[in-house]
Order: sequence, then C-alpha cells, then structure tokens
Amino acid sequence: MSALKIKKGSSKHSAYNLRPNFSDVSETHTLAVIVENEPGVLARVIGLFAGRGYNIDSLTVAEIDHEGHRSRITIVTTGTPQIIEQIKAQLGRIVPVYDVHDLTVEGRAVERELALLKVAGEGDKRVEALRLADIFRANVVDSTLESFVFEITGTSEKIDAFADLMRPLGLSDIARTGIAALPRG
Amino acid sequence: MTRQMTGAKMVVQALKDQGVDVVFGYPGGAVLPIYDEVFQQNDIRHILVRHEQGAVHAAEGYARATGKPGVALVTSGPGATNAVTGLTDALMDSIPIIVLSGQVPTFMIGSDAFQEADTVGITRPCTKHNWLVRDTKALSGIVHEAFHVATSGRPGPVLVDIPKDVQFASAEYTPKSRTKISHYQPQVKGDMESITELVEALETAERPVFYTGGGVINSGPAASQLLRELVEASGVPITSTLMGLGAYPASGKHWLGMLGMHGLYEANMAMHGCDLMINIGARFDDRITGRIDAFSPHSKKAHIDIDPSSINKVIKTDIPIVGDVAHVLEDVLKVWKSRGRKVNREALRKWWTQIEEWKAVECLSFKQEGKTIKPQHALARLEALTKEHDRYICTEVGQHQMWAAQYLNFNDPNRWMTSGGLGTMGYGFPASIGVQMGHPQALVINVAGEASWLMNMQEMGTAVQFRLPVKQFILNNERLGMVRQWQELLHGERYSHSWSEALPDFVKLAEAFGAKGIQCQDPADLDDAIMEMINHDGPVIFDCLVEKHENCFPMIPSGEPHNKMLLGEASTKDTIGSSGAVLV
Repeated sequence: MSALKIKKGSSKHSAYNLRPNFSDVSETHTLAVIVENEPGVLARVIGLFAGRGYNIDSLTVAEIDHEGHRSRITIVTTGTPQIIEQIKAQLGRIVPVYDVHDLTVEGRAVERELALLKVAGEGDKRVEALRLADIFRANVVDSTLESFVFEITGTSEKIDAFADLMRPLGLSDIARTGIAALPRG
Repeated sequence: MTRQMTGAKMVVQALKDQGVDVVFGYPGGAVLPIYDEVFQQNDIRHILVRHEQGAVHAAEGYARATGKPGVALVTSGPGATNAVTGLTDALMDSIPIIVLSGQVPTFMIGSDAFQEADTVGITRPCTKHNWLVRDTKALSGIVHEAFHVATSGRPGPVLVDIPKDVQFASAEYTPKSRTKISHYQPQVKGDMESITELVEALETAERPVFYTGGGVINSGPAASQLLRELVEASGVPITSTLMGLGAYPASGKHWLGMLGMHGLYEANMAMHGCDLMINIGARFDDRITGRIDAFSPHSKKAHIDIDPSSINKVIKTDIPIVGDVAHVLEDVLKVWKSRGRKVNREALRKWWTQIEEWKAVECLSFKQEGKTIKPQHALARLEALTKEHDRYICTEVGQHQMWAAQYLNFNDPNRWMTSGGLGTMGYGFPASIGVQMGHPQALVINVAGEASWLMNMQEMGTAVQFRLPVKQFILNNERLGMVRQWQELLHGERYSHSWSEALPDFVKLAEAFGAKGIQCQDPADLDDAIMEMINHDGPVIFDCLVEKHENCFPMIPSGEPHNKMLLGEASTKDTIGSSGAVLV
C-alpha cells in the first residue's frame, strides 16, 4: 500500500490512494492525528473508534503548539488494510482534525514509549534488577531500601522485554505512556 | 463598525445574516433570552412545534425541499435529548440543519442542575460537529462556522449549545463577512486522471448503468441538470436509490426506477448484470447491495462521492473520484465531449433489448379488485390525480414508504422527503410542515402509515395554528405492515405486537384539532375523496382504509443478491436462509 495522507480537501491524493489493494490480514499501524486543541476533540476521536468498533492498542495525546492550538494524537491500531483505510478516512471527517499521517506506510518512523517500573526485592534479586536495568539503560529515579523505580524509554517491545525480566525480580507496579512517534529524516 | 449586543441578540442577528427566514422551535428556561429576542423582531418567523423531535424533522423537511439549511431552536435537557432522533436522522441522510440548544449557565454546568444534560456529549456521535459556547465573544463566530460546516462538503447536522449566561452577557458581534475563514474546506473538484479513466470506461462499456443517490440532490440543481445531460447524451440507463429520486426524471426514457431491497426488477437486474457501474453520490447502503459477495459480480465500479470515507467502505471501487457531484459531472461531460462523445452504440442497443425484457416482467403490476382498496391502488390514484401539481411528497417509514417510492413519480429534485438511512417512523408529518413553510403555495402530501403517523401526531396542532395545508395521506392497514411482512416471511407468521389496537377515529381526531378529516374505504369513492383532500384549503387527515395483509414486492430477501428477487406472493416460504434472518 502506498502512503496515504488525508489532508483536508486533498482529494487527489486520497482518491489515488483509495484504490483497493486489500488483504484480509490484520496489520498494526501507527497513526499521527493533528487536531485543533479544543474541548472534546479527544472524545471525538475515541468515540469514533468505540462507535465503529475499531481497536485502540495505544493512544497518547498532548498539545504540540500552544500558539496554534494544535495537539498531536498518536494512535496504534490493528485491522485489515480496508479497516485501516476506513479509520483514516473517518478520522479525516472529524471537523477539528487537520491531518492524518499513517506513519507505518509513510515509513521509517521512530517510535518510543516511556515506562516507570517499581521493583521491590532484597539481596541477589535487587542486585540482579540493577544489573539488568543497566543493560537496558533504564535509570533509577527513586530508591528505598526495599525498592527501586526504574525509568525506561524505548520501543514497546523493549519495554515488554524489560518488564518480563523484572517480573521474577519483584515487579510490583508499572506505568506506561503509550507510543509517541515521528517520521525519520 | 463594532456592535455590542447580548448573546441572545447575537444569535438572532447571526441567523438573519445567514439568510434564515424560519426557525422551528420550542421554548424553555434555558433559551428564554433568545426567545425574548425572537419576540422583538419580524424578519425570522418562528414555528412553534409540539415536540422538539418535530422541530428537527421540520427543519430537515425544510432543508430538503429548499436546498437551504434548516434551523431548530430547543431548550436544555429534555429539549436537547428530544432532538437526538432528528439529528441522527439528518446525519444518516446528510441533511444540513443547525440546532441551537439552550444550556444551564456555565457556572452550573456539571452540577446536575435542573434541565441540565451533557448535550454536546450526547450529540457528539449524531452531529457532524457540535460546539459548547463558553464565552459570548466567540458566539457569533461559532454560529457562522456552524452554518459553514453544516452546508460544506458532505452536508449534515450541527448543534450549538449556548449556556444561559452566555446569552445574557454582551460582546461585540462579528458579522458573517468578518468571521475568520474556517480550516474546514472540503475539496469539490475531482481528480482529472480518474475522471478521464471513467470517461474511457464509459466509451467502451457494453452494459453500463448509472446508480445515483442523495448526493446528486445535495449537490444542488446544477448536479441534476448535468446528470440529465450526461444520461440523455450517452443513452446509458439510470437507476437511483430511495434518497436520489427526482434527480433524473421518472418520465425520462432512460429511467429504470428505484433499485434496492424493494426496488424494481429491471433496476436490480441491470445492477447485477452490468459491466460498468457508475455510482454518483450514493453509498452502497445494505438496502442497495443485498449480499455483498454477490453484488454486481462482473462490473467495473466507479464511485463519485464528496466523502472519502464512503469510498471502499462497503464495496471495492475501481475508479474512485472524491469530489462534489456537480463539479465532477461537469468535468466528466467536458472530457467526454472533447473526446468525441463516444459510446459503444451497438452493445448499448443489445443492453437495452435485455433491459426491455426485464421491464416486460412488470414487477409493479397489481390487481385492484373487490371492495377493498389496495395500498398500491391508492398511491397509483394519488399519482394520477396530483401529477399535474408541483407537489412535494414526504413519507413515514414502512411499507407505505416503499410503495410511495414505487408508485409515485418524481420529475424534479427536492420533491421527495423520506427518512432513508435511519428509517425514522414519525419523520414524515413534521417534515411536511417544514416543506410547506419552504413552499407555502405548493401541494404538500405526507404519505403515511397509521402507526408511523401516530408517533408525531401532536404536530396537528402546529399545522392548524400556522394554517399549513399539509395533507396527511394515511394508508391505514391497522398493522405495522413492514414488521408484519417480515414476521410472515421470517418468524412463522407469529405476528408479535405488529397490529394497531385502539386506533383513534382519524376524522374525529382531525376535527378535534380543528382540521378536516376524510375517511375512504370503497375503491369507488377513492378519486372523489382524494380530490376533496387536494381541494381543501387547510390541513387534512385522509384515513384511507386499505387491504390489511398486503405485502410489499418486489423484494430482495435479506442475504440474497440482486438476481434473487421475489416478485410477488408466489412462494415466499423459506426464501430467507438462517444467515439472512439475522440481518434487518
């Protein structure tokens, strides 16, 4: 599939890219949705996914341009290529949505997630946790005699792997931000 | 020139600026300041409905019959929640309406105040866009933006929720001309490469068909004109969805009639057998496609739609063109003419011969015999006796709606108002009120079933109060006819709650409201009774007692493709398989 950027009104691009070349295999796509930062805009986006039965694997949102009232919503979603195209077109219909970027088809996006993990343990387990944290370049941002809080940044897979290793070492709590993504170059 | 005014005055001023001449509404605590302003002016006429659902449907009827956006004004809480059905109806059928709702004062929002509801939350999924105005300074700009959003691109309903303190406070009014340009600017021109591809396909197609929808009507009168020109010049047959009736005249020689679940045999067979389908402003609704995997299996499909999400949503498209119908058709004609107006004449002649064979089936034939009026006969007579009028037809939802689409002929756009997508029983009567407001001198008829009509019968008060001579043509079979039909076909003839008990005497009901009532049950009296209805200067309830167990045919059973139509009563048993039975 070729890149689809639904810019408001750019019928040429959207029409061209709407040519079907669909398979029934589900794919995971990362979408960046640039929206007007107005009350309720996140509810519109989430409501669209809930109302039409689309998946949200991860969602992050924050203002990116205070002067211009712009926010960026990064959504990771799963569906067949036809569903993914529908999701992008439906997002494009929302009035305060300026742009929808499919970072997966636009290619080579950098994706990062941040997580905080609390690991409580004693003796060898505590040492092992610290050693592994060092390998994963996780930082200790809080420590007591019984526990550490690690901060780790990376791809979701890296965080999954780190969390899996921490589990037997006393992982008691985890908070993840969801994905932020930008195209390279 | 700067002009300070209250928010309430701003609302009325903005409506005037937008050229609004009528508002349908119902007052309440949270909109009193706006009603006070409505009281003190004469440019905008306010029509007091009897229920907020009626106000929204009336605004829809007005919008569809005039091509201008309709406006409704309701209060907070129940006023807004009563508007939800109308908003959803307008969203499904892409009708431009603006609903203004009152809200509790900003400092009380979230406190569960009297008549407070989260109106923007409730209406978010059933509007194209909505706004909660928190500051009077933003109010006039938002109202202008609301009109822009409702009427641009694919039209739809919008809602502006205005807290009472925002209505009382003063700020500077921004006229329409000085409102900042909206970023919402859907493109109307189609891609020329795709348009050329469509023309190439049209030139060589052996069995082409135009499949048109409500998008042609929404695009405006120019779109219908261009469509007619293209159809006449190319000689390609044309069918239309329920929503698109009138864009191409029913009297036109290339007309196949409506398609879909209760569409005409020749239209559905042409869709099934075509090799080029040109969808203009329709959306492959499930009432049209029937079984998706067997839908028009041998055709190349072109799809012209202003909404990119309509394309490839249901049916895979070979030639997608995103743009406004009128703009795209203009370019299609230009390119087609410049390339020498070619079509495959020889193949088209054969295609028409085939179509004539399908037409010879006469799928709409019925026998009127005995002392009971057949509903089809009632509509055929209504057609015969009103076709010389520039008439506007509304409908409710059910069998009568399908019969009206089959037996009434529409030769112009904006003459046919029916709830297509949402299928809202109770739509037609208030819609007819809106239509009559838009066309005070025209003959406006609401073809209804008795069950649908009762859902918004309170609007008789509105019709009588404002002397709106709307004709309520009720095909009374004392049944929820379409439900009954499905129970017969799908549920072993167990007619669970599908009959109308304790019906009112419609003649007395009309008289109780100060209107005229006519009852007719003898086929011999029908013409005179219809003429009496037409000639009466005022609202009429026409209670037409019809055959109680008539089924609506032709019919594509659920889960079947177009070439598996049921043409009549003959063997309707076991025609819908278990997979079809779960469909609606």
